[in-house]
Amino acid sequence: MTFIKLKRLAALAIVATLASAPLAGGAFAQTTNTTEAAAATTAAAPAAAPAAAPAPAATPAKPKLDTGDTAWMLTSTALVLMMTIPGLALFYGGMVRRKNVIATVAQSFAITCLVTVLWMVVGYSVAFTNNPSAGLNKYIGGFGEMLMKGVAVDQANSLAPTIPESVFMMFQMTFAIITPALIAGAFAERMKFSALLLFTALWSLVVYAPIAHWVWGGGFLGSLGVLDFAGGTVVHINAGVAGLVCALVLGKRKGFGVDNMAPHNLVFTMIGASLLWVGWFGFNAGSAVSSGALAGAAMLNTQVATGAAALAWMVIEWFERKKPSMLGLASGAVAGLVAITPASGFVNGAGALIVGVAGGAAAYFGAVWLKKLLKYDDSLDAFGVHGIAGITGALLTGVLADAAINPLGKDASLMKQVIGVSVTIGWTAIATLAILYICKFTTGLRVSEEGEVEGLDLALHGEALHE
Amino acid sequence: MKLIMAIVKPFKLDDVREALVAAGVEGLTVSEVKGYGRQRGQTEIYRGAEYQVNFLPKVKLEAVVEDSAVSKAVEAVKAAAATGKIGDGKIFVLNVEEAVRIRTGETGSAAL
Repeated sequence: MTFIKLKRLAALAIVATLASAPLAGGAFAQTTNTTEAAAATTAAAPAAAPAAAPAPAATPAKPKLDTGDTAWMLTSTALVLMMTIPGLALFYGGMVRRKNVIATVAQSFAITCLVTVLWMVVGYSVAFTNNPSAGLNKYIGGFGEMLMKGVAVDQANSLAPTIPESVFMMFQMTFAIITPALIAGAFAERMKFSALLLFTALWSLVVYAPIAHWVWGGGFLGSLGVLDFAGGTVVHINAGVAGLVCALVLGKRKGFGVDNMAPHNLVFTMIGASLLWVGWFGFNAGSAVSSGALAGAAMLNTQVATGAAALAWMVIEWFERKKPSMLGLASGAVAGLVAITPASGFVNGAGALIVGVAGGAAAYFGAVWLKKLLKYDDSLDAFGVHGIAGITGALLTGVLADAAINPLGKDASLMKQVIGVSVTIGWTAIATLAILYICKFTTGLRVSEEGEVEGLDLALHGEALHE
Repeated sequence: MKLIMAIVKPFKLDDVREALVAAGVEGLTVSEVKGYGRQRGQTEIYRGAEYQVNFLPKVKLEAVVEDSAVSKAVEAVKAAAATGKIGDGKIFVLNVEEAVRIRTGETGSAAL
């Protein structure tokens, strides 16, 4: 593409972004939208089971913190952090070539550090508190809790009334951390470190925080009744589609399709996948934001779907390739984890099996066939696995939600899920594109050709593995 | 003096070493190398991406022996390294101009 065309595309993207805000407002004008109603009825909020607590009075009574819930949420937070460091770091690290492994694990680590600070400073407030204007609150939260100012140590967020807000904020932080780290899989082995940091900072605030607000934080998608228990839309579809956009904008790796780009250490990948699996209990069961029946159901669903998905991938691969691979088992398992994420607190065990098989098969299609068909270089299948399996799980949630597991699933519908998925895809695609162009014209996006051939470990970090 | 250079399949290394020792060869150097020949590589597949790995791992042994010991050593390697399948390897014999034992300074055959 010529430079002129690129500039036009960037300008179009920014205009589209700004134009879409009032449009989105118009489309959902029917939604009841007082801030309190949103907080109390946010269908998708990872809130505890809702024997409907009436909307809080003007001066709410001091919330009753529950030690069991708090203990579990503290644990879940640690588990989800482990999913990024070192889970995802190793999962991805093992799949790249040896000359890029240090750079790849550094991406997960650096993103963890950066998003930690940004989330505490502004991200959390904007995602999970209410905007003083009810109209604006449909799209973005408030700035009142920046730097956790004014948040009493025993205060709770109404979205998680039985745990201290510090713990809720931390739990959500770990989600905000892993989402951009997932995107890195799409541009592995060719993205500049400076660009990665700038991209992550902007993306976390402009893409992640708003979408989290829309689905979980009191915004319009949650009020609409879009169901997303632990982050099918907010995390996986979001990161997957952003990854696809990144892969398309950055272009293919040098030597793609010709050079040997085989994974350099599938044992790392297996260890990473295992850490992801175990950590995911924090991700899904922790999204019950309580320690009890719903968490138990989510844990069961998570395990069942994952095993089923790994088997599904394995069977397809065995037929297609004659040999089932370790990478296939790990990929299938991750696909199952992704697919069950939005459904984990809404479906029953049988539903989880279906979600798992569907997710595993869909991800096989996404990572193996789709990529070959359309010839894009999504290095580590951020879209192929996370995007596709996320979409599969998010849609199936509307079909398989069982009100006996979670009463919030009573009004589940495929249509609502389609809306949630589409809005997420639309916003993340446009905004990610704009952010990429900002990076392109400031830090630059791709490493030099020489650096790419030499390897990012040396080129970006001045480090290398030694025998 | 002659340098016997043998490229063999990695799993045959111990057999070949034992055979050479039995043939009177007292020292050798071993390196891990990659070979390309009639054995053709193998195909690896990762999430649908196929990679033709053309080079296969091999082991190279090098031993310097007296001229008179060459044929016995070569026969020993040949017998120990053979499997009958393509990829068994090759043996080369090269001329050696000088040999020195570092510790004592001995040269020529005394250094072997």
